[in-house]
Amino acid sequence: MTGGERVEDRALLGGRGRFIDDLPQPPRTLHAAILRSPHAHARLGGITAPEGVRLFTGQDIAAGLRPFIAALRTPMRHFPVATDKVRYVGEPVAVVLAEDRYRAEDALELVEVEYEPLPAVVSPLAALADGAPLLHEAAGTNLANRRRFSYGDPDGAFTAAERRISIEVRYPRSAVTPIECFGLIAVWDPDAGAFEVTAPFQGPFALHPVMAAALGVPANRLRLRTPPDSGGSFGIKQGLAPYIVLMAAVARLAGRPVKWIEDRLEHLTAAGSATNRETRLEAAVMADGRVTALRYRQLEDCGAYIKAPEPATLYRMHGAMTGAYDIANLEVENSIAVTNKTPSGLNRGFGGPQVYFALERLMHRIADRLGLDRLEVLRRNLVQRTPYRTASGALYDSGDFGAVIDLARPALKELHARRAAARAEGRLYGVGLAAAVEPTVSNMGYITTVLEHEDRLAGGLKNGAFAAATVAIDPHGGITVTADSTPQGQGHRTVLAEVAAGAFGLAPADIRVVTEFDSARDAWSIAAGNYSCRFAPAVAGTAWRAASVLRERLARLAAARLDLPLEDVRFEGGRVGAGPGRDMPFARLAGLAHWSPGTLPQGVEPALRATEFWTPPELGPPDAQDRINGSAAYGFIFDVCGVEVDADTGRVRIDRYTTAHDAGRLLHRPMADGQVRGSLSNGVGAALFEVFVYDGAGQPLAGSFADYPPPTACETPDPEILHLESPSPFTPLGAKGIGEGNTMSAPVCIANAVADALGAEDVELPLTPARVAALLP
Amino acid sequence: MKPPPFDYLRPERLGEALEALAADGAAALAGGQSLIAMLNMRLARPGLLVDIMHLSELRERGARIGAAVRQAELAGLHPLIDLALPHVGHYQTRSRGTFCGSVAHGDPAAELPLCLVALGGRVHLASARGERALNAIDFFEGPLMTAREEDELIAAVELPPPDPRAGYAFREVALRHGDFALAAFAAVADGDGVRLAVGGVADTPVVLDGLAFDADAIDARDDFHADAAYRRRLVARVGRATVEEALSCRA
Repeated sequence: MTGGERVEDRALLGGRGRFIDDLPQPPRTLHAAILRSPHAHARLGGITAPEGVRLFTGQDIAAGLRPFIAALRTPMRHFPVATDKVRYVGEPVAVVLAEDRYRAEDALELVEVEYEPLPAVVSPLAALADGAPLLHEAAGTNLANRRRFSYGDPDGAFTAAERRISIEVRYPRSAVTPIECFGLIAVWDPDAGAFEVTAPFQGPFALHPVMAAALGVPANRLRLRTPPDSGGSFGIKQGLAPYIVLMAAVARLAGRPVKWIEDRLEHLTAAGSATNRETRLEAAVMADGRVTALRYRQLEDCGAYIKAPEPATLYRMHGAMTGAYDIANLEVENSIAVTNKTPSGLNRGFGGPQVYFALERLMHRIADRLGLDRLEVLRRNLVQRTPYRTASGALYDSGDFGAVIDLARPALKELHARRAAARAEGRLYGVGLAAAVEPTVSNMGYITTVLEHEDRLAGGLKNGAFAAATVAIDPHGGITVTADSTPQGQGHRTVLAEVAAGAFGLAPADIRVVTEFDSARDAWSIAAGNYSCRFAPAVAGTAWRAASVLRERLARLAAARLDLPLEDVRFEGGRVGAGPGRDMPFARLAGLAHWSPGTLPQGVEPALRATEFWTPPELGPPDAQDRINGSAAYGFIFDVCGVEVDADTGRVRIDRYTTAHDAGRLLHRPMADGQVRGSLSNGVGAALFEVFVYDGAGQPLAGSFADYPPPTACETPDPEILHLESPSPFTPLGAKGIGEGNTMSAPVCIANAVADALGAEDVELPLTPARVAALLP
Repeated sequence: MKPPPFDYLRPERLGEALEALAADGAAALAGGQSLIAMLNMRLARPGLLVDIMHLSELRERGARIGAAVRQAELAGLHPLIDLALPHVGHYQTRSRGTFCGSVAHGDPAAELPLCLVALGGRVHLASARGERALNAIDFFEGPLMTAREEDELIAAVELPPPDPRAGYAFREVALRHGDFALAAFAAVADGDGVRLAVGGVADTPVVLDGLAFDADAIDARDDFHADAAYRRRLVARVGRATVEEALSCRA
C-alpha cells in the first residue's frame, strides 16, 4: 500500500487500451442501429421498411421478452423497446441490422413509423396535476409511489420549536458523462440456449437476474463479460442493462452476433441521467440555531419508466436524511412521478446532491434568518461522536466530524479575508460552506424501504452487500488476483496489486491483477460492480482477506518446513521465514504446494487459490419502523469555497476551493485525491454548467457537448485537499469510499457562495451566466 | 452519427476543384471542423466532397489568407486576429479548421467572421464562372446563411493591413473557454472613430458605432443558454468595455 504508479496508465496513455470497440468481433457479426422516437409521447402505429432492410420492430422483439422486474411493482410495464406507445424522445422503437454501422444508419432512414402524437408532460408537478396526460394508462396515474415516514416525534418538535424555517428547491437533471459511451457484442448460442454478452456494464449485478428474467432464460444461460477497459461510467453504464436485453433478443431473432456502439447523440438523449427533484424542506429551530426536527417533501422525477434499480436514487440517502447533523426527529414524504423524459438511473453522487442541496441551503438560510454565524450553526448541530445512529437508521461508523471542520478553518479564515478585501473594492465575492456525510458500500436492501413492511416481508427481507475476490498462487510463486469490481479507469489493478503484495511481502510488480469480469467463471454476487464507492472498503478488503487465507496456509507450510513456531514466520522481501538461514524464497515455498502435495504436513490445505466473500453484518434490512442503514460506512466532507461573480456578465469564477475529507484509511493517496478532483469537477458541472433542458413538448435541447457543457480543465478549480483518516471499524482495511463526496457537496457549496456574493435568498442550478445576471442589479 | 454515402475528390489544381464544385451536390472540404460534424449528424448530404487542402493556389498567407490556411497558421498576421484566436475553439480544432471555412459556415457566434467584419475585410469567391469579391459585412446574411452561391468557393479572405496607430480589442463571453460565444466583441479604434463588431447576439455579426450605440436596439437572439435581455446586457457592458480597451490602446 505504497500509493505507487498506476499500472493501468502505460496502456491507456499509449493508446493501447482495450475497450469494447477495440475487441475482435465474432464471425458473421451484424451491426445494429436503433430507430428512436422523435416524439416525447405518441401512440405507435405500423413500422415498415422496404424489402432487404433487416428490421426488428418493438413488437417483434418484445414478443420474446418479459417486462423488467422492478423493486416497486407497478402496472407501468417496461420493455427495452417501445411496443404500444413511446414515452420519451429517444426511446427505441426498432432495431436495424446491417454489415456495418454506416449501412445500418442508411437503412434506418428507409424505415417508416406511424406515430399519433399525444400531449407530453415534462415537469413532475405537472405530471401529478388533475387531468395530466397519462404515460401509463394501466396505472391510471403518473404517481408511481408515495410514502410517508416519521421518526422520533417531529410533530412535537415542530410544536415546541421557536422558529420554523423552510426552503423550496428544484434540483435539475444532469449526468456525469463518460468519455466512452455504451457498447456491446451479443451472441446467441442456440445449441446451449444461452447468451454471451460482452459489455462494459458496471453493475450492480443485481440486474443480472433481472436481465436473464427479461430474456426468459435461467441466469446461468446469460454469460456476461466485460472488456479489459471501460472509458468511464460514473454510474451511467448501469444503463446498459436494457440494451443488453434488447440486443441479445435481436441476436436471437437474427441468428447472428450483434454489435452495437452508442454514439454521443444517443447517449446524451437516451442513456439516462440523475433524477431531477422538487424538495420542500422545513426545520424546527431553536433560537440558538439548534435544529430539532426536519420535514422533507420530496417529489422525484424518474422520467418515463421506473427503470431498475430506481427508485433507488430517492432511497439511497434515506437513512442519512439528517446529513451530518444530530437531529432526532424526522419526517419524510416521498413521491415518485413519471414524466415524458429519459428514464433516470445510476449517476455519481446518486441521490446525495439532491438531498444536500436542500439541506445545506437550509442550514445557510437558518443562520442568516437568525443572524448567526453560518459555521457556528453548522457546528451546533453536528454529530458529536461516532458510532452514531441516525433517526432513520443509518449507522455512522467512525470519525470526528468537528476535527475535519477544524482542518479547513484556516482556509475559511483566508476566504473571509479575501471576501472583505474584494467587497471593499466593490466586487461581488461570496463564501460558501457545505458539510456532507458520504455513504459507501450500498446495502442491497435499502431500495425496499420504498415498500410497506408487510410487502417487504412477503417478498423476503433483503440486505447485505457481498464482495468477492480470488487470489491464486502459481507454481513459480506468481500471484494473480481477480475481483468483482468492474473498474472503469479508477486504478483498481494498482490498488489490488499493492494490497496483495503487502500480504505476501512481495513487490506490487510481482502481482498480476485481472479485472475483466466473466459471470460464468468469476466469484460474484448481486452487489458486484463499480458503484457506491464499494471498491476500497469492500472489494480491496475482501482481496486482503483472500490473500490472508493463503498467507496463513503458506505460513503453516513454512513453519513445518523450516521448523519454526508459526508465530515467527514473516513474509518480507520475497522471502518467508524468520530471517537469514531460517527462511526460504517465497517462490520455492509456493512451488512445494504445487509439486509436492504428498509431503505437506498434516492439516495444511494444499490448494493455493482462495476465494473470499464478505458482507458487512451491519447491513440489515429495513425494520418494521422503516429504519434502514443504507450503507456500510460513512465518510465525512467539509467544503469551503470562495467565488467571485462578474457584475457585468454574471459569470461565476471559483476563486478557491478547499475540501476536507475523512474517508477512513486511504489505500492510495494519489488516487484518493484523483477521486476528489474528479467528483469536484462533476460537482462544478452540476453547479455552473450542466443541465438536460427539455422544451415544453418534451424535446431534449442538449444533444451535444456544445449544448451540454461539462466543465473542462479551464473551468475546474485546483482544490486544496485535506484528509483525516479515521479507520472504519466495519470494513476489512478500515477504508471508506471517497469517489462521490464532492459530487454531493460541491453543487451546494458553490450555490451557497453565490448566494452569499449576491445576497440572494434563492439560487437555482446550474448557475449559468444568464441566470446569475438576472439576480444582479 | 455516421455520414450518408458520398464521393471524395482530391484535385491537383484549383481549376479542377472549381469544375467539380460546379456539379450539383458538391461541397468543398477544408478543415472539416463544421462540415464533418454536420455530415455525421446527417444535417448535410453532399454527394461529392472536394478536398481543397492540397491546392497550392489556396496557400496565400498575407493580406489575403487562402482557403487552405489553417487557423493555427494565423498567428502574427494581424493584432486583432491574434487577440481573437485563443477564443476560437481549442488548439486541436485550430490545427484543423481554416479561416475561410469558418467564414463559409457563417455561424453568427464565430470569432473569425466577426474580426473580418470589424476590420472591414473582404471575401474572395471563385467558381468555374469566374471570380468576385464582397465586403464581409455584405457576405453574412443570416445564421449559417451567406451570399456564397452553391458552386462558389471562398478562395481567400482579405484583411486590410494592420494600422500601427490603431487600438484593437477582443472580448468574449462563453459558457466555457473555447465554446461558441454567447456574445463576442471586436473593437477597432483608429483615426475615424471606434468600430464595435458584435457577434453571437444577432443573426449575423453587427457593426456599431463604438462611441454611440444603443444595446437595446439590437435584435438579440434567445436560446436556452441565454435570453435576448442577457445578450443586450453584455452588449451594453462588455461591448462598452471592449471599446474602452481599444481606445486605451490607440496610439
